Amino acid sequence: MKKKKDNNVTLNFDTDWSYAPAPESTGNIKLKDKYDHFINGKFVAPSSGKYFETINPSTEAKLAMVADANAADVDKAVKAARTAYDNVWSKMKPSERAKYIYRIARMMQERARELSIVESMDGGKPIRESRDIDIPLAAAHFFYYAGWADKLEFAFPGRKAQSLGVAGQIIPWNFPLLMAAWKIAPALAAGNTVVLKPAETTPLTALLLAEIMQDAGLPAGVVNIVTGAGATGAAIVNHPGIHKIAFTGSTDVGKKIQRALAGTDKKYTLELGGKAANIIFEDAAIDQAVEGIINGIFFNQGHVCCAGSRLFVQESVAPKVIRKLKDRIETLIVGSPLDKNTDIGAINSKMQLNKIKELVKIGVDEGGEMWQSSCALPKKGYWFRPTLFTGVAQSSRIVQEEIFGPVLAIQTFRTVDEAIEKANNTPYGLSGGVWTDKGSRIFKVTSNLKAGVVWANTYNKFDPTSPFGGYKESGVGREGGLHGLDAYLQAME
Amino acid sequence: MDKNTKEETIKKAASNGVSVNGSGKANSERLKVLKTYKLYIDGKFPRTESGHYFVFKDGQGKNVANMCHGSRKDFRDAVVAARKAQQGWADKSAYNRGQILYRMAEVLEGRSEQFVAELQWSGLSAREASLQVEQSIDRLIHYAGWTDKFIQLFSSVNPVESSHFNFSVPEPTGVVAAIAPPASGLLGLISVIAPIIAGGNTCVVLAPEGAPAPAISFAEVLHSSDLPAGVVNLITGFEKELAGHFSLHMDVNAVWYCGNVAEHAKLVQTNAADNVKRAIITKDIKWNSAQGQSPYFIMKFQEIKTTWHPIGF
Amino acid sequence: MKRQPRMAGAFLLLFGGQLFLNFGQKNFEMKKAAISKPTGLFDQQFVTPIDQVGVEERVARLCKRSIKTDSKVHALKMAMSMIDLTTLEARDTPGKVKQLCAKAKRPHETLDVPAVAAVCVYPNMVKIAREALKGSLIHVASVATAFPSGMSNLKFKLTETRWAVGEGADEIDMVISRGRFLTGEYNFVFDEIAAVKEACGEAHLKVILETGELTTLDNVRKASELAIHAGADFIKTSTGKVQPAATLPVTLVMLETIRDHYYNTGKMIGMKPAGGISTSKIALQYLVMVRETLGNAWLHADYFRFGASALANDLLMQLMKSQTGAYQSIDYFSKD
Repeated sequence: MKKKKDNNVTLNFDTDWSYAPAPESTGNIKLKDKYDHFINGKFVAPSSGKYFETINPSTEAKLAMVADANAADVDKAVKAARTAYDNVWSKMKPSERAKYIYRIARMMQERARELSIVESMDGGKPIRESRDIDIPLAAAHFFYYAGWADKLEFAFPGRKAQSLGVAGQIIPWNFPLLMAAWKIAPALAAGNTVVLKPAETTPLTALLLAEIMQDAGLPAGVVNIVTGAGATGAAIVNHPGIHKIAFTGSTDVGKKIQRALAGTDKKYTLELGGKAANIIFEDAAIDQAVEGIINGIFFNQGHVCCAGSRLFVQESVAPKVIRKLKDRIETLIVGSPLDKNTDIGAINSKMQLNKIKELVKIGVDEGGEMWQSSCALPKKGYWFRPTLFTGVAQSSRIVQEEIFGPVLAIQTFRTVDEAIEKANNTPYGLSGGVWTDKGSRIFKVTSNLKAGVVWANTYNKFDPTSPFGGYKESGVGREGGLHGLDAYLQAME
Repeated sequence: MDKNTKEETIKKAASNGVSVNGSGKANSERLKVLKTYKLYIDGKFPRTESGHYFVFKDGQGKNVANMCHGSRKDFRDAVVAARKAQQGWADKSAYNRGQILYRMAEVLEGRSEQFVAELQWSGLSAREASLQVEQSIDRLIHYAGWTDKFIQLFSSVNPVESSHFNFSVPEPTGVVAAIAPPASGLLGLISVIAPIIAGGNTCVVLAPEGAPAPAISFAEVLHSSDLPAGVVNLITGFEKELAGHFSLHMDVNAVWYCGNVAEHAKLVQTNAADNVKRAIITKDIKWNSAQGQSPYFIMKFQEIKTTWHPIGF
Repeated sequence: MKRQPRMAGAFLLLFGGQLFLNFGQKNFEMKKAAISKPTGLFDQQFVTPIDQVGVEERVARLCKRSIKTDSKVHALKMAMSMIDLTTLEARDTPGKVKQLCAKAKRPHETLDVPAVAAVCVYPNMVKIAREALKGSLIHVASVATAFPSGMSNLKFKLTETRWAVGEGADEIDMVISRGRFLTGEYNFVFDEIAAVKEACGEAHLKVILETGELTTLDNVRKASELAIHAGADFIKTSTGKVQPAATLPVTLVMLETIRDHYYNTGKMIGMKPAGGISTSKIALQYLVMVRETLGNAWLHADYFRFGASALANDLLMQLMKSQTGAYQSIDYFSKD
């Protein structure tokens, strides 16, 4: 019997038949030149008169000017929220509160196309994701939490639930509208009012959401949205009129916030960084696992705190998995976020691109073996090729540090114990992935991973009913589901 | 020396209310053996690494016992022990953890006289001390019953839209450093230890400054209750010296401050941020009331883990 | 397309931990002592598990590809060139088959569109088709082996196969014995395929798994591997007589099996989804799937076929729409 004669055959995806551009039309999108803060139900100019630019990272073209909030603006927003809390929102019949939130969900669904396009323009994510994931999921969050508003008495067994007051919420640029929904929906359902700050590189959909709040007739001051960078966020964190801080972002900033809140009675939830292990056992459904690895690290350009950025493959299947992975990556289309066929869009900002490049350079300098997709990149804008590293160790910086880009570090393992040990060998603990066909092993491994969300034989799935949040330095508290209510309520005896 | 024999001796000495200055020997023919209060780390009773002691005085200012002046290095050793024990403790069945907590109550009941005596050194009347020991026993029983129930109460199966089975369960946070209520004696100590370990965590606890002796005697209860070494580690010492270290250690996952000093609370919260510890500040709790026990104390030291799996043929 | 040589000797098949020995045409109970050395292509193989939800998610994502303008025209023509234009009815007559062959050679009077790949008929219509297609490059495919059920004996199946080849069939579409497969008699199924392959001589063999009766994707994977190792040149989803017929998830699993075989051996196996593919939109989804699973080399009638009849006209209507800008009516396209 002949031995396998050719084990180096390659697949060629550079076909005669390529997909023609399929751009999503932006004809119906009318962005304003200038966006103001949304305070007390109205759009108001910043007290400093200062605005900053928000750009399209795929073209570097300016999209709009956005108001820059200082402490005075934040104060105004907090006061509006407090007044709305005292006079309206905390006194409203919960079932009525629910109906407002339902209304917001519906209006988001109605404007879904517009929100998707603006999300992709402002943030660089592919329209396939904003259209099919971000925006529908954002609306679903409002829909889910709306229903809780008049059922809070069931939230805490043996206790009474009580709202907190004004929630200050600071959200990141990777899922701008979705994170706004994750924050605002449970806060409102629980009876709190809100001051929210979107990220400075992606403020537009939150401001469109403000228009929706207006259109929905939400009482003035219940939701206030101020735009700005770190200083605006700090003003929110430090404002004495705020009773709860919800932050999603980097672990570094999360720690600063935790420190800033020391000695105060402010409640807080932190959703921070991650460096998740995605573990592939030899008996896994390999082709689906490869797809899971792809979704794990290349979803949203890898700008995902729960990205499966550390791949652990059992040695017996490592060559096979890596080969398949490379072939799969060759089929990923990198390009205009608005093209319906784009799999990987633009890196969110120049700053982020530089950070990715820097860490990748370190990876190469430390002796990691780098492999990148052969895809062409557009001339203008911020782009990074899907990238794999092999020959890296636990000590490599690209294995330890969150890159927040489309870069996967691959390691191998021999035994289950080794896989678990390496997976947990990180200060982070947000998420993890396990791929095996063996049921009992799934339960053993998932229960041994020190991570808040574990995907077994799947990856990067989200749902409003499903709690999300980290162990260790990946954060404090949960968002989503029944457990997400805890962040916005106090259990009273 | 045989450990059990030694403990018996210690126990007898303590239950007779013998104090360091030997004041109890008056009517006795033989010289009584005095008890040396040591620390409880990794299932052993080591002396403090610092080599220093402090004298615990009773309500009348009389010296009643030498206590170890626990140091940051003692704390460090205790954290190592707690970390080592954590996974094994968490892996024990909830039923088993419940039985061990129940066993603690049994052993405590059997030695209650000793604790009544030691608590009186803190200025409690015999009746108050006796009541507190009873409440302490009952508190252990209360939490023994929670080990296999709180998970049911605080878990959920989440009806996600996609074809996945999705559930969320509480899991222990890991190693907890706790500063016990300084003035609530044995009851305060147990009210802190029980919910932490009921949920599968291990802990290092700073004994109440107001009642260090019964805390170390309680370690003897723990020691004879099938509780694995390292699950509970007890240090006697001073909050003002140790609060900073308790909250700064990078291998501690959560810190629980039950003291009354606002500055210490703030320090604990500030330090906790270095590795995003869960920092729990508990104040104004009447530990001897219903307020003092609740599954919500267990949940302070739990992480919700959500697991997804596809549903298909 | 090169023929795979018939493999002699013992094959050690490891399916889900079970061992199967195959000594040529005969089955033997496995004796432990007999396994001295694993040989053959499948020695270290076990059948990789398939996660249904993962497959469906992948399919859903592939279906989101947007195929427009030139890309669409190219794909529509390519699809046409890959059709096995099929009639498999008990009421088929020489007249019907001749009409079908005419359509196969020249799908449309005015449109610039390629001929189909093959005409697929019952064995007794092979000669008619052969005659009608004379002078064209279009293949004649014949179903055989007691199609569609396969509920007959091997002798009959081989006789039928040889007859169809003798009548002029270039390609034989056989069915596997699903009952035997589902009771775990993989050796039996393997032997049957291998024997039919031998009976095919120079004709290419397409092995129909009838995936609608295998019910799980794990079975689809297992049957695909078995068929490939037993000598299939193509693996095919369905007879068209059982529902569900071809589906995208089933096809993806089969394409992935073909890919693994290619990775392991360098040998290209063809794929034929059949049944229920009647619209251009669905056909294009299949092509996207082939393109992104196997790449360039498989985007050719030598390695990918559609078993279909109504699809041809829908492709024509779409091509006409692309040319004229007007949506079309079936009344303007010949129903042969």
